Amino acid sequence: MPSPFILDRSSVTQVMAWVLAALLPGIATYVWLFGPGILITLSLATVTALAAEAAMLKARGYPVRPFLTDLSAIVTAWLLALSLPSLAPWWLIVTGTLFAIVVAKHLYGGLGQNIFNPAMVGYAVLIVSFPVQMTQWAGPHELTAAPLTLAQSAAVIFGGDVPRATLDAVTMATPLDALRTGLLQQLTIDEVMTHPIFGHYGGVGFEWLAGAFLLGGLLLWALRIIGWQVPLAFLAGIWLTAGFLNFFDAGRFGPPWFHLFAPSVMLGAFFIATDPVSGATTPRGKLVFGLGAGFLTMAIRTWGGFPDGVAFAILLMNLCVPLIDQYTQPRIYGGAGKEPRT
Amino acid sequence: MSRELHRFKGGVHPPEHKAESTSRPIHAAPLPKELVIPLRQHIGNPARPVVEIGARVLKGQMIAAADGYISAAVHASSSGTVTAIGLQPVPHISGLPDLCVTIETDGRDEWVVHAPLDYQAMEPSQLRMQLRDLGLAGLGGAVFPSAVKLDPGASRACPTLIINGGECEPWITCDDLLMRTHAGEILQGAAIMHHLLGSTTVLVGIEDNKPEAVAAMQAAAAGMDFAVEIVVVPARYPGGGAKQMIQVLTGQEVPSGKLPTDIGIQVFNVGTAYALARAVRHGEPLISRLVTVTGHVLRPQNFEVLIGTPMHTLITLAGERDGATGVLMGGPMMGVPVPDLTVPVVKATNCILVKSAALFPPLPKALPCIRCTRCADACPAELQPQELFRFARAGDFGRAQEYHLFDCIECGCCSYVCPSHIPLVDFYRYAKSEIWAREKDKRAADLARERHEFRQFRQEREKKEKAEKLAAKAQAARTHAALDQAQRAELAAAPAAEVTAVSDADAKKALIAAALARAQAKKPDAAPRNVDQLTPEQLRQIEEIETRRAKIRELVRKPLESEQKNP
Repeated sequence: MPSPFILDRSSVTQVMAWVLAALLPGIATYVWLFGPGILITLSLATVTALAAEAAMLKARGYPVRPFLTDLSAIVTAWLLALSLPSLAPWWLIVTGTLFAIVVAKHLYGGLGQNIFNPAMVGYAVLIVSFPVQMTQWAGPHELTAAPLTLAQSAAVIFGGDVPRATLDAVTMATPLDALRTGLLQQLTIDEVMTHPIFGHYGGVGFEWLAGAFLLGGLLLWALRIIGWQVPLAFLAGIWLTAGFLNFFDAGRFGPPWFHLFAPSVMLGAFFIATDPVSGATTPRGKLVFGLGAGFLTMAIRTWGGFPDGVAFAILLMNLCVPLIDQYTQPRIYGGAGKEPRT
Repeated sequence: MSRELHRFKGGVHPPEHKAESTSRPIHAAPLPKELVIPLRQHIGNPARPVVEIGARVLKGQMIAAADGYISAAVHASSSGTVTAIGLQPVPHISGLPDLCVTIETDGRDEWVVHAPLDYQAMEPSQLRMQLRDLGLAGLGGAVFPSAVKLDPGASRACPTLIINGGECEPWITCDDLLMRTHAGEILQGAAIMHHLLGSTTVLVGIEDNKPEAVAAMQAAAAGMDFAVEIVVVPARYPGGGAKQMIQVLTGQEVPSGKLPTDIGIQVFNVGTAYALARAVRHGEPLISRLVTVTGHVLRPQNFEVLIGTPMHTLITLAGERDGATGVLMGGPMMGVPVPDLTVPVVKATNCILVKSAALFPPLPKALPCIRCTRCADACPAELQPQELFRFARAGDFGRAQEYHLFDCIECGCCSYVCPSHIPLVDFYRYAKSEIWAREKDKRAADLARERHEFRQFRQEREKKEKAEKLAAKAQAARTHAALDQAQRAELAAAPAAEVTAVSDADAKKALIAAALARAQAKKPDAAPRNVDQLTPEQLRQIEEIETRRAKIRELVRKPLESEQKNP
């Protein structure tokens, strides 16, 4: 066994564990604002992901333990669960998770081989196939009746007999949905913004959730689990695009802060676009990747068919990674043909 | 100091483990009964033996002479009798035995006549020849012949001389102890280098984890008659690498594929400077060095060791402990495993590191690369190790070279930080050796093609020349015939001509038959071209080599252990 003979104490498991830990502030805020239903969604996605991961490893003839304990399947499960509507039916969660793990991860070759972020593939499949069920969002407790209890949430998720009125009392359109609907009704931004869902920066409650994801993301950055390039470029991409549009026609395009303070943006910037496997690897490439994803997110929000575009933006940028990496190779020590550093 | 320091990119901070071996003073290792002295202890051509079996040699006597410009002489480390000259196990990454001179020591440790060199009065080229004959080579690990590095070349001057006291590898402390105890002599060595290279700036770079060494060197520098600056640099592996030391001290980079001299800088290890001072001021060849013996031993410490001393005697001296799991020559980041402890200490041996399961836990199984680029962040050559890994593993060596594989210094930082525990450096070594092998094959093929083409050209030419000659002859004959036709007709006798014609035809028939018979006999053992001239021994060897190569290729191309399928 040749050198080196010592290793740093890092491991894939450790990296993934920190990512999960950094999601906890977001999850806690989620529970506080929208009720404990998300815990059911998370658990269901986790169980499904682990079962699918184990089955796929077995089927592909890989050792199950070292790969199951790397926690990467749980990260995928949590990211997907946090992207889904909090009161989504169980089969939606299971279908999305299965697609993420079985198709997007293992059929592409398993850990480290997937071209696309598995959680975002799962999300994209669901929003294309089941657009109606993907809108069942609970509203923030400030604006709705008392949030559903754990038992009530379970009843909704597992298809129990829940009175339509109870459900209607707690669900409402997300801020991005409200914006989209309002604009489609030919309202101006100022008119749309009178809707009670809009808060200081983003939506009422939603902005807090965004802040909690931001906090977790900063933790990952402080621990050097993620670099600064992708999140900063992603946020800059959103802010610049939104700011540009807003500057030219403030009546038709939402303010940049509103676009920035969406939970999907913070989750995307710090937890999804930073996925190393499906992202760019060079320092400049990471900037291009982040900027591109931010721009595409805004483009889809503004001109696309869906209220939010983070998932599709990241998937599209995943597609460009080999190209980005190839054309952003950094200068090496000693130049190697390039001009010497001064 | 006021010098502005620069930063090299990447690097890591492994646990230093230096204190273990710095608390004890340097001990001289006792004279062993037998010294095994390899003839290839430096980069370049191995030395040529100049003694015979049975000859009595004195301490410091040359036993093998430098062979060519990039080479260095080898000397007897003590007095005694040459008992063998042959292949012996040596500490080398290849694990192959090498040519060594074995000396049975007589215990008298009797010196050969030697005298100081008046280096200031000597012609520089002559002094360099002397240094080559005194066996000087870089003691930092690369063992490049010092005489070559002390030649400033066409530029006639090397403005910056750097004495490297970085010693960034964990566990190793021999340079630290040498600086603490022999600071003056190190700087005397630097003065000689300074003289030979015509340097204007002399810097000594020492990592900040060696305060005693810094203090000793600063004190010694104050008493020197030339300007030398002791610079404390932040401790970060591989800060003791020549390229990194240059970058930190001067802010300059050695251009890819070039040498430090190309930018007017030369770097020597402190041990080399010390050995140079001994060589010039006392006429002593390089026959001993400081060696750190540390790790899983009772008394980790540094020894002054004669070159050729078997390694196990040093481990015994430092106090062998149960539970050792292996021995390294060098540090944990770049050292090489020593499978056989009878191998001798050589000029490159800076450390003997005894491993144990507690100090060196077995490395965990590798997982697939998750492209996290921690390796890229840690790479002091600023490469993209994750891409190099991908190309090396796929056998795409062309792409690996495009991504600057050969700028990799194999420092091990990438493997050290990899959360997937992939032995990345192994893959780079494999890719490099495959590329070298292919280049060699290609050169051989090119040579064969050139030879073939020349042969064809020659045959063409000969044919043409022959045809021209024949044409000339025929022309001459025609002219001749026209002149003496009448005469020739008269002389020709008809019956005699008939007889010759018949016998000619018979002979031709017989010849054809014989040739056919020969061809028939040959047919059964017709073999492919190129191998029909080989002996069975050679054929067997070829087959062996082919299977070995296939096996190696198989081994490296095989998926990572953890990815292997279950049976």
